[in-house]
Amino acid sequence: MTKQRIIVVGNGMVGHKFIDNMLNHDRAADYELITFSEEPRLAYDRVQLSSYFAGATADDLMLTSEDYYQENGVNYVLNDKVVEIKHAENKVVTASGREESYDKLVLATGSFPFVPPIPGREQEHCLVYRTIEDLEAITASAKESKVGVVVGGGLLGLEAANALKNLGLEVHVVEFAPRLMAVQLDEGGGQLLRRKIESMGVAVHTEKNTREIVAGENKRYRMNFADESHLETDMILFSAGIRPQDELARQFGIEIGERGGIVINNQCQTNIDNIYAIGECALWGGMIYGLVAPGYTMAKVAASHITGGDEAFTGADMSTKLKLLGVDVASVGDAHGRTPGSLSYIYQDGVNEVYKRIIVSEDSTKLLGAVLVGDVDAYGTLQQMCVNGMDLPESPEGLIVPSVDGESAGGLGVDALPEGAHICTCNEVTKGQICQAVRDGATTIGAIKSETKAGTSCGGCVALATQVMNAELANLGVEINTDICEHFPHTRQELYHLVRVGQIKSFSEMIDKHGKGLGCDICKPAVASILASCWNDYVLKDELAGLQDTNDHFMANMQKNGTYSIVPRIAGGEITPEKLIAMGQVAKKYKLYTKITGGQRIDMFGAQQHELPMIWQELIDAGFETGHAYGKSVRTVKSCVGSTWCRYGMLDSVGMAIHIEDRYKGLRSPHKLKFAVSGCTRECAEAQSKDVGVIATADGWSLYVCGNGGMKPRHADLFATGLDDETLIKYIDRFLMFYIRTGDRLQRTSVWMENMEGGLDYLKSVIIDDKLNIGAELESEMAHVISTYQCEWKTTVEDPEKVKRFRTFVNSEEKDNTVVFVEERDQIRPANEEEIVRFVESEKEIA
Amino acid sequence: MGAAEKLMSWQVVCNSTDLEEMIGARALLDGEQVAMFRVKGKLYAVSAIDPFTKAAVLARGIVGSLKDNIVVASPLLKQHFNLETGQCLEDESVQIKTYQIRESDGKIELASN
Repeated sequence: MTKQRIIVVGNGMVGHKFIDNMLNHDRAADYELITFSEEPRLAYDRVQLSSYFAGATADDLMLTSEDYYQENGVNYVLNDKVVEIKHAENKVVTASGREESYDKLVLATGSFPFVPPIPGREQEHCLVYRTIEDLEAITASAKESKVGVVVGGGLLGLEAANALKNLGLEVHVVEFAPRLMAVQLDEGGGQLLRRKIESMGVAVHTEKNTREIVAGENKRYRMNFADESHLETDMILFSAGIRPQDELARQFGIEIGERGGIVINNQCQTNIDNIYAIGECALWGGMIYGLVAPGYTMAKVAASHITGGDEAFTGADMSTKLKLLGVDVASVGDAHGRTPGSLSYIYQDGVNEVYKRIIVSEDSTKLLGAVLVGDVDAYGTLQQMCVNGMDLPESPEGLIVPSVDGESAGGLGVDALPEGAHICTCNEVTKGQICQAVRDGATTIGAIKSETKAGTSCGGCVALATQVMNAELANLGVEINTDICEHFPHTRQELYHLVRVGQIKSFSEMIDKHGKGLGCDICKPAVASILASCWNDYVLKDELAGLQDTNDHFMANMQKNGTYSIVPRIAGGEITPEKLIAMGQVAKKYKLYTKITGGQRIDMFGAQQHELPMIWQELIDAGFETGHAYGKSVRTVKSCVGSTWCRYGMLDSVGMAIHIEDRYKGLRSPHKLKFAVSGCTRECAEAQSKDVGVIATADGWSLYVCGNGGMKPRHADLFATGLDDETLIKYIDRFLMFYIRTGDRLQRTSVWMENMEGGLDYLKSVIIDDKLNIGAELESEMAHVISTYQCEWKTTVEDPEKVKRFRTFVNSEEKDNTVVFVEERDQIRPANEEEIVRFVESEKEIA
Repeated sequence: MGAAEKLMSWQVVCNSTDLEEMIGARALLDGEQVAMFRVKGKLYAVSAIDPFTKAAVLARGIVGSLKDNIVVASPLLKQHFNLETGQCLEDESVQIKTYQIRESDGKIELASN
């Protein structure tokens, strides 16, 4: 049988989803897929577009890859736009003149940003916000601009405003309607959102009709408004809504709606049977759906119809939850209360800046819609209630009024949700599917994500999906074994509390009271680390020494041939010429290989264990102290030169880096901790890839947390801005101690954060708002560690009994003959096996 | 080996105090590197060479128990070796050499098996 040829015009999120659906079909082999894109790359995640400004690259945003398409036999043509449809012949023609025939044609051409027909709109620095190329243009323009205006106060407009703000511009939002986010929010919600956004320094101008854009007097442009007022700006970003990209269909006789959009039926077919339209270019029931979830549904429906299935598109839930300029906003169903006879409950909290409104049916039995600003915790519950037509509780106000103890009351247990309830609307994952995945063995949210795709698009449903997972686990009576090892029936967090509360000072006491057996290489170092975090005793104190990993035991990093490397502390990466010379002399004397580390320090390799105390004696004499490169502990604070030297520097980043490194040096934690301080947003110290990153701004320090380089890079989250030195240190104190309290063994802060229920917001509430009322406790625990700091190497070299432990052999002065070095690029390196054999033979000959 | 007890030549390697509870130490026995341990008062001696990396690191591993085995964990790749038998717990085909060890008159003595 010949394959059916399917051409997909447009490779955006929805076009790609369609292809994915086809590839996942049982009879995928019966179809040949070809896709055309006018953009230079395959589908990427436009929903997360703004993360590009937070450092995500085009690659990070990709939803697919050329490799994936090639492996699955999908033909793709980039940079070539389809310009003609010959539907009588079932053929399309591209801009480059290429002609391809099809059995089925799928139009997924998406939308384009609407730019109001304002005279002067076509100048340089008048831009839109839709593609990666647009973002590149915005970044370039921002570099030459001080003031930016966003035209449009809707969802995308505010996202664009946030981007401009992050690029360091003074930002204005100009909106034609009387309020922000007029589509999603009612008046009360819109007002509060405006107040919050203005308090962040973004100027909001509503009811402004831009008449023309002319040359400015003080800035590049001047926008003249219909009410005779004006605004000067250097750049203008249009984000006044989208329009369906229906030009191609319009030209070649496919039915278009009065106000644009390719008309489709419930199967996503256009007026020509074998031509489909899906996503933002399609008009269904008089509506264009500008969200990704309905687009994905259309992609699924079209794929189903083409492959003989019977799915239908019957409209979509337009509920949204998002964070705009740091403000939580959500809108559910009929947010404006337009349903005849509907009633509203409104909760307003002027102090905490929260606005919530629910719209209920005339008889108060069903939820019709909701608006939430400032506190969107109830979103999951409300959205599910609304979509599933569930009965309201007896007192519906309980859904939005906080109860006396501060927890929101009237929540809906996930057990009450029907099996078919969509938990992840982006990827259409139901409660039933998540529960099935749990029954099939997925017991972590990570596993649920990869099994079901839930929570992998906008991420808004992760909390709800986790609740569903946990409820199902509980239903199954599954107890997940989180014991650290066979010796302790506890997690690391529990061990920490046992040590803290029971004032336990040694491993033997710990295992006698709470464990069994002798312990092992998992629990011993873990307990040693906890004891150090809590009491900060000398790590080689007799009863502690045997617990340490070899790196901690020898206070150096074991390398592949059993020798060690040594990293003295060079706080903030700042070092005097005298110290550089001293290090060089030590390295030369002991024939060590030297290399600059990623953390702005110097690593010296190839020391045998008996050499370590001698080397350290010399380093200590030269003024060095241990760098803890061997510990699960604070490593380095990387810095740029900051305001002291750099013309862009806003604050003294080196000074702060040294202050931070000195403060936290030696602090033992569940895993290593890396810091950085940058002197300005150019971010030369790469603070956003660190556990704790600090960036200087004109308003003070910005604090980022839970970033990571390494195997699974993660960008740090912006935690707080405009901090003075004292507040910055207070937050870091609390943050680190909270991590030490609650982190799992060998869990970096990035993973810790990702697994934390409530995520960043919860962490902020604990650290900044002191929700758990433990702030003072965390600070005093930190103060203890800081006040008991000692250079472990100094203590060690001063104690001959401890130095004895470093002997290579207890009965011989000989060197370890398994350690063999050869020279490479004028330095030593460990010999490989072959070289060792040769070496041994030549030794024999000499003998 | 046969029933007859093999003639063993014991060598004194260090003072009893040099081998601390749960902290390994390394000795040379006729050119072979031996890792010695004291666990709950009992002494063990095995080859100090980690068979997976060929580095002489086993005396520097953490000592403990796994199920009924008294083990040392290689500090490099974390395989566990039974201190009585030398058997690697992660790989049945790997076994390291064991040695005789005893304590007398405040000295630690080693002998080849």
